Amino acid sequence: MSTVQNTEYLASPRGSRDAAEAASRGRLRLGDPIFRVVATACGLAVAAAMFGLTAVLIYNSWPAIAGLKTEVLTTVAWSPSSGQYGALAALAGTALSTVVAMVIAVPLALVIALLLVELVHPSIGRIIGMAVEMLAAIPSIIFGMVGLFVVVPFMQETIVPWLVESPLGSVPGIKPGPTFQGGGLSIFTAGIVLAFMVLPYITAVARDVLRMVPQVTKEAGYGMGSTTWEVLHKISLRYANSGIVGAVFIGLGRALGETMAVAFIVGSVYTDLPRSLLDPGTTIASLIANTFNEATDQIQIAALIELGLILFLISMVFQVIAQLWLRRVQRKTGGRA
Amino acid sequence: MVGTTVTDETQMQSQATVVPPRLEVAEARRGVDEDFDALPSQISVRHLDFFYGKSQALFDNDIEIKRNRVTAVIGPSGCGKSTHIRTYNRIFNLYRDQRATGEILMDGMDLLSPQTDLLDLRRRIGMIFQKPSPFPMTVFDNVAYGLRQHYRLSRSELSDRVEEALKRSAIWDEVKHKLNEPGNALSGGQQQRLCIARAVAAEPEVLLMDEPCSAIDPVGTAKIEELILELKSNYTIVLVTHNMQQAARVSDYTAFFFQGRIVEFGPTTQIFSNPAQKQTEEYITGRFG
Amino acid sequence: MNGRRSQATERGAGGAPLGTVAQSGRKAPALRHRSVARRKAVDLIVKVLAWIGAWFGIAVMAFVVWEVVVRGISAISWSFFTQSTPQDVTSTSGGLANAIVGTLVITLVAAAIGIPTGFFGGIYLAEFGRNGRVATAVRMIANVVMGVPSIIVGVFAFAIMVKPVSHYSGFAGSIALAFIMLPVMARTTEDILNLVPNELRESGLAMGAPRWKVTLGVVCKAARGGLITGATLAIVRVAGETAPLLFTALSSPYWMSGLFGSGGFFGGPVANLTKTIYDLAGTPYPAWQSLAWGGALVIIVAVLGMNLLVRLLFQRGKEW
Repeated sequence: MSTVQNTEYLASPRGSRDAAEAASRGRLRLGDPIFRVVATACGLAVAAAMFGLTAVLIYNSWPAIAGLKTEVLTTVAWSPSSGQYGALAALAGTALSTVVAMVIAVPLALVIALLLVELVHPSIGRIIGMAVEMLAAIPSIIFGMVGLFVVVPFMQETIVPWLVESPLGSVPGIKPGPTFQGGGLSIFTAGIVLAFMVLPYITAVARDVLRMVPQVTKEAGYGMGSTTWEVLHKISLRYANSGIVGAVFIGLGRALGETMAVAFIVGSVYTDLPRSLLDPGTTIASLIANTFNEATDQIQIAALIELGLILFLISMVFQVIAQLWLRRVQRKTGGRA
Repeated sequence: MVGTTVTDETQMQSQATVVPPRLEVAEARRGVDEDFDALPSQISVRHLDFFYGKSQALFDNDIEIKRNRVTAVIGPSGCGKSTHIRTYNRIFNLYRDQRATGEILMDGMDLLSPQTDLLDLRRRIGMIFQKPSPFPMTVFDNVAYGLRQHYRLSRSELSDRVEEALKRSAIWDEVKHKLNEPGNALSGGQQQRLCIARAVAAEPEVLLMDEPCSAIDPVGTAKIEELILELKSNYTIVLVTHNMQQAARVSDYTAFFFQGRIVEFGPTTQIFSNPAQKQTEEYITGRFG
Repeated sequence: MNGRRSQATERGAGGAPLGTVAQSGRKAPALRHRSVARRKAVDLIVKVLAWIGAWFGIAVMAFVVWEVVVRGISAISWSFFTQSTPQDVTSTSGGLANAIVGTLVITLVAAAIGIPTGFFGGIYLAEFGRNGRVATAVRMIANVVMGVPSIIVGVFAFAIMVKPVSHYSGFAGSIALAFIMLPVMARTTEDILNLVPNELRESGLAMGAPRWKVTLGVVCKAARGGLITGATLAIVRVAGETAPLLFTALSSPYWMSGLFGSGGFFGGPVANLTKTIYDLAGTPYPAWQSLAWGGALVIIVAVLGMNLLVRLLFQRGKEW
């Protein structure tokens, strides 16, 4: 098969690579088939890993699924010593801490991205951008430690007392509930630490997406006599909004599954629903982390694995949504989101 | 309407190959018989220099842009044509290392002075870019953008003005059923006329057009050229183009730029039939650029 | 426009002249202008808020690093790097040497499994599966797997490596980390290889070389910088993970003793830095907490340092 004849075919990148592939197929060497098999096997290994994970989780949590039926999802308290395996408290804590984290992180991320793209000198923007990306690499245990030793005392001694005294302190949801322990170890604190954990990710994606707004379009906006803010919110954000939503979903996915940053500081109360953000609570991930190794009862282990399965499914849903959304962005703008 | 009425493509194409172009009727409005100095100037440029960082791009530009006339700016690539007109609406201010010195006077005020209100300046001087750039919103919202931003209008007034702007830009019939579709659903030529409508809607005095047809097909180009001739009666137009025939067809006055300087400026018919400078003649006859 | 305007001009709301009857041939109806001053004020407020908010966010991030440095630096000493984890509450000596070595071993084994597999998987995606449905599915699955919470990976590794044999092992930890590394390495490899222009492949094949030689010898060589960056960053990323090790390698106060047996790599829990930090931080003893901060400092220096290093060395390889 000659690759020379079909020049049009070669013109497109896809065409030339396929042509190259076609050309190589004609050869009778052992190296290539082996190479192909190895590569394909490794590629499929990735998919196999995913299915394997799902299958193993289901298999190992089956005793709990069959034995406890819906108890896990309908009961509040998790107390294996008294035979209770309810995950609602953990689910509530996961949801609440994630929401707090998103409410803090998303506006901050957008504002930092705006700063990097529009408001500072490009070389400063590049340096800070690089710093943000490196900060995304900081392992979560670091955040857990700073959270435990710095943020928790600060919340306990300064912020929470002030908050409780202030008019905000009587707002339902903030007003301390019956399990209140001073507010240091609480859902709110966990949410704050989570926020700064996901902040670099969302900022990096938001910045990339804002940079994709074509310069001509922005100039046209300024040319119409708009201010920077007007160009940003009427034009740039509208252009970039799918990408930003995708970024938010990615951040959400990470916040949901975060363990080490939260396990220290969320309060480890597994038995009650938190009545306020200032109450201690737990998340699914930290519940698993804190109790798994002490679990001896087979049902308890299976139930914990079932919790893991639930967390897995929740975060998968968000991941898939984020993937689909970001693919829409790629199609619209033709670039990497 | 004065000037060419291009009604079919073949006529358009045959004109495209003729150098120099045929002169049109009513040359009184084409700058030949008028008294240049008696005409009111919309924009007067004096000793304009422009710098990208340390390197200078424009050298001592002096030019008078006359009201209600089309002034074409021609020259080879990189000669500073776009740079020059981008000083009028101070769009270069977006970039930190770009700087202009000199004077650009409009209605007695220096546009380059730091006291100039950029928002109002850009309301009075509109710009159309080389690449059609509709905003990511509906056709209606695109045209209404400038209106909503600068003026307080009732909903019916807004609608009326949008319709009028689209009519003035010769695109109303094509988009009147598509007002709620996104702006970039239109064809390239239509998008550019949409951008013209958007600029016109905000009631500017001057329209700066930076190679508006270079990304458009010939039929679309013809429609835009026709439009320019119509718009002339209400607006002052400065048209940057690399297409000399276009400049000859459409403009009253032409400035020839070379390496950041204005080599020659005068009525279009004179520039194209009897240029005073050798460089101008060489460019017109295609010896370079 | 403000400035030197003649006083005879009428002014409307917002200070701008009403109507613009400047052109001949067009009657301009009177237009009420929106206040330019107000729009500029809003713009200014937003900019100020943006500056404050952005620098606040950046400052907090810097603060995190700062705290670790300040608190950790006092723990760093020669014994930190040579002695193993203290078990006696009263002892003032002790270090995290065994934990550091353990992390290195576990991570390197994980890399030995995950990097080559991910690398070839990336080759599959970039070279063989450009448009196929299978490859697109694999790509999307890889993206999704990258988002699996690392504690779930730990649970998975527990279920297949620990539960059947009823003991923890360092190797189980390596499996968990390899699982995380696999899709990361695959997607990174794919992205890097996609940047290599097709002409390179074509010229290799045109010389008569077989596909595998072209891919490995020519293309990968061209992309060497990016590939090394990608691999390094993947390794560094999993080295800092804690959750996958919680139920697999657990941790231990002792040095790893060989391969098998209760203290060995395959036989029992192996000390590692992240879990040890987690344990020490949770104790109420300041000396041990200080050791934990020292460990945190080591991690941050390693992670940030490697990141900086590969980016500086192989700038071309990856996008900033």
